[in-house]
Amino acid sequence: MKVVIMGCGRVGSALAGMLADDGHDVTVLDIRQESFKRLPTTFKGKRHVGNGIDQDVLARIGVADADAFFAVTQGDNRNVMATQMAKHIFGVKRALCRIYDPIREEMYRELGIETISPTILGATLFKEKLYKQPAPAAAGRDA
Amino acid sequence: MYVIVVGGGKVGFYLAKELLEENHEVLVIEQDGAKCERIAEELGDIVLKGDGCEAATADIAGFGRADMVCAVTGDDEDNLVSCQMAKAKFNVPRTVARLNNPKNQKIFRLLGIDTTVSATAAILAQIEQELPTHTTIPLLQLKGGLEIVGMKMPPDAGVVGKRIRELLMPHGSHVILVVGKDGMPRPTSPDTILQAEDEVVAVTSPENEEALRAVLTQS
Repeated sequence: MKVVIMGCGRVGSALAGMLADDGHDVTVLDIRQESFKRLPTTFKGKRHVGNGIDQDVLARIGVADADAFFAVTQGDNRNVMATQMAKHIFGVKRALCRIYDPIREEMYRELGIETISPTILGATLFKEKLYKQPAPAAAGRDA
Repeated sequence: MYVIVVGGGKVGFYLAKELLEENHEVLVIEQDGAKCERIAEELGDIVLKGDGCEAATADIAGFGRADMVCAVTGDDEDNLVSCQMAKAKFNVPRTVARLNNPKNQKIFRLLGIDTTVSATAAILAQIEQELPTHTTIPLLQLKGGLEIVGMKMPPDAGVVGKRIRELLMPHGSHVILVVGKDGMPRPTSPDTILQAEDEVVAVTSPENEEALRAVLTQS
């Protein structure tokens, strides 16, 4: 699969590494060159500096040929705009979008965007950990 | 009308001021405290401090009863989200977005934003009008995706000397006005004969703009 990841933060860089390890053709886009330092040293994919909500940039890095697009920058609005451009202008079949704000996430999910809200996911995981997993052994605790 | 302006920068400030002078009910949503204070001092208690892309703020602002939401921040992505939320969550009848990058017009239209306004595109059109190139110049966008364009015909255009009814116009495109080289408009009907260097004003759709240009300029 050809995959484009917009945003090379902690999530973007980790995702890029994982998908590249799975053998996919991965392209990473970020507005800052220095963000690429977060990529694993073994990462062999392409790196592009540019703004992901500029359709000329998306065209240049080949989003039209991508099978999947991930928008994982820090900005919810940037992510939803880029995702919708990938989907509606470049016809990418799988365009996935991170949205921190749960209300905005719900709205875009209802509009047909594939979304993930780390806010809700994180809170749910914490809750489940509390309810379902035993507390660590007393010896492991600091006094 | 109740008009909500998202973004209290220079565009938002003067937009609110003009709308108030025309006796509309206006609310400006702005995140920056200092900008809010300035707006309140000069225009009165018409400003709400908050994020115009957040549903909670939109709720307090009364998006539900707004006749129009104008998102005029300096960031296209924020303007897009404000307008999409206004449409999807609050059924606002009319949304207007400021575009900083004129190329975003297409995606905003595809996503249902009613009107887009780009200062960059407007200035560009002014510059293009001064140039001898024979491209179509967007003059006005109509609701529903149609646009009014203008263009100057080159002296050697194949349509010179022909009647408007003889032109093979692209689907849904019509010549609505012909302005002569002397700057005077001529009564325009299907029998109007086009002359060299006439300026032609036509209604068309963005998809047919290029075909229209070809019809009017090819030698």
